[in-house]
Amino acid sequence: MTTDSLILPIALPLLGALLTTALPRIAPLLGVIAATLTALSGLWLTGQVWGGDALNIVLGGWGLPLGIGVAADGLSASLLAMSSLVGLGISVYAVGYFAGSDRGLHFWPLWLLLWTALNGVFLAADLFNLYVMLELLGLSAAALGALTGSREAVAANLRYLLVGLLGSMSYLLGVALIYTAYGTLDISLLSERIEPSALAATSVVLMTAGLALKAALFPLHFWLPPAHANAPAPVSAALSALVVKAAFYLILRLWTDLFANITTTGAAFILGALGAGAILWGSWRALRAERLKLLAAYSTVAQIGYLFLFFPLLQAMPPGPARDDLFAACVLMAVTHGFAKAGFFLAAGLVQKNAGHDRIDELGGAAQSMPATTFSIALAGSALIGLPPSGSFIAKWVMMRGAFETGQWWWLIVIVTGTLLAAAYIFRVLSRAFGQEPTPRCFVTDARAEIPALLLALSSVALLGLAAGPIWSLLGFEGVQT
Amino acid sequence: MTAAFLYGGAGILLFALGLWSLLVHEPLLRKLIALNIMGAGVFHVFIAVAHRGDGTPPDPVPHALVLTGIVVAVSATALALALHNRLEQDASDSAQSTSTSTAGLLSGLSISPQSDIIRHE
Repeated sequence: MTTDSLILPIALPLLGALLTTALPRIAPLLGVIAATLTALSGLWLTGQVWGGDALNIVLGGWGLPLGIGVAADGLSASLLAMSSLVGLGISVYAVGYFAGSDRGLHFWPLWLLLWTALNGVFLAADLFNLYVMLELLGLSAAALGALTGSREAVAANLRYLLVGLLGSMSYLLGVALIYTAYGTLDISLLSERIEPSALAATSVVLMTAGLALKAALFPLHFWLPPAHANAPAPVSAALSALVVKAAFYLILRLWTDLFANITTTGAAFILGALGAGAILWGSWRALRAERLKLLAAYSTVAQIGYLFLFFPLLQAMPPGPARDDLFAACVLMAVTHGFAKAGFFLAAGLVQKNAGHDRIDELGGAAQSMPATTFSIALAGSALIGLPPSGSFIAKWVMMRGAFETGQWWWLIVIVTGTLLAAAYIFRVLSRAFGQEPTPRCFVTDARAEIPALLLALSSVALLGLAAGPIWSLLGFEGVQT
Repeated sequence: MTAAFLYGGAGILLFALGLWSLLVHEPLLRKLIALNIMGAGVFHVFIAVAHRGDGTPPDPVPHALVLTGIVVAVSATALALALHNRLEQDASDSAQSTSTSTAGLLSGLSISPQSDIIRHE
């Protein structure tokens, strides 16, 4: 049972990728079947972690240094649940989006491969498999992003590919140094053996820098806006909601698990300061963006910044319920952004398809003729701002309390300014939907495409906001102490 | 021990050289070669780690890692070349119709303040 549930989230999409390559005629059908099964297996695994303890196995009958370890704990299960639900939404949406175009033939194998790599990153238990999965993720993401074939998309994704390779190389050198010092790559073995030394510090810096590049942490975000804004809508959603989270997950895992006793306050402060820069710069650029998808891409830069703001707080907070709350809030923020940004990009794709462009200033009529889509943008937007009852409201609340309790009041200014800017850029989009154009009588105009976007946006607000408790119990914590 | 140290040191040097070249040089081919040199540097470090003294056989794990790493590096290089090929084809197509400039498209790893200019697909 354990073996099945741990392997299936990786094996099923991989199998789907192979089948959709072999049988391109029925690729959408196979793709949706594979996506449904993958999502179910991911949720099954999440359920098992929820019900019991952390799971782990070593594949192939080899011992640990040679065998491939796969493991799941609360942190990986939370993100796996996010990738399952968001991935399913993106898959259903993609069937309609790519209907009748040749691009769909290339979309399905690459998308399922991307999903394989994503689940692989969340479940891998040793540093080298993580490298292989990260590379697979980077390759399939760059190929997917260039799917439109337009020159901007190809150029942006070529740059994305090079940046990703640079990030992985830096990470791999860090892995090599770790192996030199400790002779193992297994995360749980390493976290017992690791102790402060120059070599360990160097590898923390190398790995974190490489991963920060992949997570688009300011000022290493320069590749993200063009790459995400020029991809087809389902791909933008996958890249912005899921792929950057993989790199962030890994940094969180390394800092709180593997390198927990060698990270310092100063280093965490640097991550926090970069996060603050990301919030301010990303939100400002989102406010100034002329195109809807570019706005969403810059908003991703800003939201990634909030996630990094948690590091100095986690570092300063002594172990206990307060720190658990912070950690769970960080995961909640990441998951909420995954749902909200996927919903936002999917809805933006529909607006773009309907209007033929996505220039915000000229969107009035198009937005008003699609009530469900505009509603999705508004819902996702309220989660991006952090309005109650969305998941990010709770996360920001806990984050601000953490900043007070650890005496780091300066982060509050950043959080408040970022929230105001986010409100400004979201309302700037929504204001276009209240013109004098005729509004249709039916709420949903294209069910297959609009409902996934709506459901994803709704989950970011209602599911994660009103029922955030499961994240705490999934991570094995007591619950919010207020 | 000295041999392993020299080998590992050379690996780090290769990594640094590759990084410098990647950041400084504009053409894509040079960037790709630089990335591969960085990769070769990391693989050198792994091979140096595998050395466990003159009498004993080397540690097989780093060797396996290097083999996997080489496969990954080859596929990544192939994808980058394919994307570049596509760009060059586009460039030559549009050069035949109008003489547009392709400069700046591959500005590489520099922060471009004009990313807002990128138009709708």
